[in-house]
Amino acid sequence: MKKTIAGNEIDVNEEGYLTDASQWNEAIAAAIASEEGIGALTDAHMKVVRYLREQQAKGAALTIRSMGKSGVVTTKELYDLFPGGPLKKSSKIAGIPKPVGCI
Amino acid sequence: MSTPDDKQPVKKMSIIVSRGSLDGIYPALIMANGARMEGIEASLFFTFFGLNALANKTLDHLKVATVGNSALNMAMPMLGLPMTIPFPTVMGAIPGVSAFATHLMNKEMEKLDIPPVREFLELISDSGGKIYACKLAMDMFKLKKEDLMDRVDGVLTVGQFYEESAGVGTHILFT
Repeated sequence: MKKTIAGNEIDVNEEGYLTDASQWNEAIAAAIASEEGIGALTDAHMKVVRYLREQQAKGAALTIRSMGKSGVVTTKELYDLFPGGPLKKSSKIAGIPKPVGCI
Repeated sequence: MSTPDDKQPVKKMSIIVSRGSLDGIYPALIMANGARMEGIEASLFFTFFGLNALANKTLDHLKVATVGNSALNMAMPMLGLPMTIPFPTVMGAIPGVSAFATHLMNKEMEKLDIPPVREFLELISDSGGKIYACKLAMDMFKLKKEDLMDRVDGVLTVGQFYEESAGVGTHILFT
């Protein structure tokens, strides 16, 4: 379905995840972050978001373990940056699909 | 009457771990980590043989239980065989079978990005999950706090465990 976020009309699924990662931009990320209660995105947030987008583009399966080993962020930092669902919320903000794994 | 609007979310999982085999430990670790990933609080309370997963001397060498496990046919696909091939339970007692089953399972777990037990406990601890040992079982197995891995948050009595689990939306799970 269509949704207008930060002045852009984009395609999202029923949970609000972007269905086309190429429609993403930083203003959209900021708007989703605020909707998710994350607040203003810092450089640390954006580092994670960019890393997620790169990994998604490569087709890598994203897990909480792989994030902690990425060198981009530690597990603790990831939980602090995106409280209430580190991988789910960061993926939503990054404009990539909801992670499907259990790990 | 229940409507979708009054569905109470799960706020916290308090998971009791009473078994000490690899297959007895992993489900609890996966459920605890999964809870944290969903923003749900998680506590693990290791009791009886579950302490095998906290003791520094044993936790890196946990084994799949092959004796008395009548569902080992489930592991046949790991050998490229159909899961309908029976695995007679008496074979589970043959020396080396448990070690081999453990090796197979660890390999499959690694492929799924499931960490070994020590790393998994560290991951859960880093994510804000709590790890507790049961005082009674510690006394029974002659274990001291310093025998346990460093991420253990405390040694609790049953009463303290229930206090720790207090709150609307907490679910206590025995594994």
